[in-house]
Amino acid sequence: MSGPSTYQPQNGFLQWLEKRLPIGGLIHSSFVAYPTPRNLNYWWTFGGILAFMLGVQIITGIVLAMHYTPHVDMAFNSVETIMRDVNYGWLLRYIHANGASMFFLAGYIHIFRGMYYGSYKEPREVLWILGVILYLLMMATGFMGYVLVWGQMSFWAATVITNLFSAIPGVGETIVTWLWGGYAVGNPTLNRFFSLHYLLPFVIAGVVVLHVWALHVVGQNNPTGIEPKSDKDTVPFTPYATVKDSFFMAVFCILFAWFVFYIPNFLGHADNYIPANPAVTPAEIVPEWYYLPFYAILRSIPDKLLGVCALFGSIAILAFLPWLDTSRVRSARYRPLYRQFFWLFVIACLGLGWLGSKPPEGWYVVFSRIFTAYYFGYFLIVLPLLGIFEKTKPLPNSISESVLPAKA
Amino acid sequence: MKTKTILACAAVAALAALAAPAQAEQVPPPALKWSFSGPFGKFDEAQLQRGFKIYREVCSNCHSLNLLSFRNLGEPGGPGFSEAQVAQIASEYKINDLDDSGQPIQRPGRPADHFPAPFPNELAAKAANGGTAPPDMSTLAKARTYSRGFPWFLIDMVTQYQEQGPDYIAAILKGYKDPPPANFKLPPGGHYNEYFPDHNIAMPQPLQDGQVTYDDGSPQTLEQYSKDIAAFLVWAAEPHMVQRKRVGFQVMIFLIVLSGLLYFTKKKVWSAVH
Repeated sequence: MSGPSTYQPQNGFLQWLEKRLPIGGLIHSSFVAYPTPRNLNYWWTFGGILAFMLGVQIITGIVLAMHYTPHVDMAFNSVETIMRDVNYGWLLRYIHANGASMFFLAGYIHIFRGMYYGSYKEPREVLWILGVILYLLMMATGFMGYVLVWGQMSFWAATVITNLFSAIPGVGETIVTWLWGGYAVGNPTLNRFFSLHYLLPFVIAGVVVLHVWALHVVGQNNPTGIEPKSDKDTVPFTPYATVKDSFFMAVFCILFAWFVFYIPNFLGHADNYIPANPAVTPAEIVPEWYYLPFYAILRSIPDKLLGVCALFGSIAILAFLPWLDTSRVRSARYRPLYRQFFWLFVIACLGLGWLGSKPPEGWYVVFSRIFTAYYFGYFLIVLPLLGIFEKTKPLPNSISESVLPAKA
Repeated sequence: MKTKTILACAAVAALAALAAPAQAEQVPPPALKWSFSGPFGKFDEAQLQRGFKIYREVCSNCHSLNLLSFRNLGEPGGPGFSEAQVAQIASEYKINDLDDSGQPIQRPGRPADHFPAPFPNELAAKAANGGTAPPDMSTLAKARTYSRGFPWFLIDMVTQYQEQGPDYIAAILKGYKDPPPANFKLPPGGHYNEYFPDHNIAMPQPLQDGQVTYDDGSPQTLEQYSKDIAAFLVWAAEPHMVQRKRVGFQVMIFLIVLSGLLYFTKKKVWSAVH
């Protein structure tokens, strides 16, 4: 069932090619014969969905770039021209804008799934860290894409986010000027953001290749968190995983289409339909929903430099997760205490997300601080200690044992 | 398991407590009925034509509509003017252009021309309007909203309520109060409006009962005007909305059938290992 040697080229040309470039064997061993644990649930389909979303964003993005003008005086109108005068331009643009949200939604589910089932643990540390890098790249790409629209929220989000670097002591202001290419967010800023927004998705695609490569070296984790021991524990990727992923991808597309066709502006901000105006500050500057938890963390800390450190620290800390979690049991299924702290962590993230959309005053700040404290406490206190004190449930002997008795 | 439930309840209660404090000064506008709301919503051609008449006779004195061309008025899913009507409307506008020797001239508009702006530039617009330039109306209906708050923003995702813009615009047009409430100190040059954030709006009340004459027998009331112009502005901001929703329905049917077929395929394939 597994192993690269099972591939037999079907015709003469493929045999000829295989001797010179064994790409058929590579594809076969990676996406056909590759053994996947037989007990994967639907939370495991989001990796495929993410790859699909990356493809959607790149294809729509390339066509949008053919019609877009990266100039401060023309960017907003060129987006509107796409929406009004380019054939199906409204469709491309709404797919791309909502596609970013769907990309992040799938990404968050993928990350939380990894955390719940302990997919970051030995030997999958590098796989996990590559995922954190992908997430960082996605954030940078999404942010720059949002700026390209050059509406009010684009402009002011760019101003606020680039200004974060001014908190760096001594060289902060110099760095911000360097990032802007001037003394304020302006045409050079827009131009470089466009250039990088076009570049980064291909960097993401490259890191995705590494991520998949690392995955195929160590194999997939699964809901039991124990490694496959025999052929009975796995099924070949094709047709089993392929058809399951395809089904759930289609279901995910229903949600995607709901946003694109019926509520395309729901996830956006009304102010971004006002052209950027450096002379008028919006009543409130709010980032896109997928950054809100981090925005809440930033604003929960009264000191600017410490706030920025907390913001970047909240993402950087993810990379250390494999070593912060000291438990030898992977899956939350067999970790009764961990499970509760995990769901509290999810609630804290959602709570921070909601608070990030609220003005930083009164009770909002108090709760932002409580959730921020829990966010860091989860990684720095709860996870290291749990591994020592938690009494875990007995693990099944094998994957097939955990699945098959239930069926009998 | 029990601890988990308790913790979850506590967290939800905490969030609910947060939702309580009223945050914005803005009074939520009443939610009106719109022909274009929902998954099968369509613009009412007669309403868009009336709305256009209001734009032309009233709004366009101060507000530009830069992103629209006359030809848009005749495109499917819009006000439904005939080709001849569009040409006629366009020709009634004066467009700045250059003649063959490069001299500035004014010529009658053509369907491909954009709507001319009322002021030559932003400074002129500011100077003529007490220091604030009237906003361009092309995307206005998408650029205005009000906060729905928790949990409404979640419910709106399912009910597809997204008419905050037209609800707000219609409410603003009807929200003027002269004199303002006794305890409100109106700065000089401002106008009191119930629905405007902070209630102090620069624009004087633009529409009154009977101000615009309708040829189709619709009531010539502020109530009707406010709805008609708001509907027109939604179309101006989203001229392909009808097509979008129609294509959306086709895509939905396709995806649901595809998902169903893939589901049964998956069941068949997996039946061997279960």
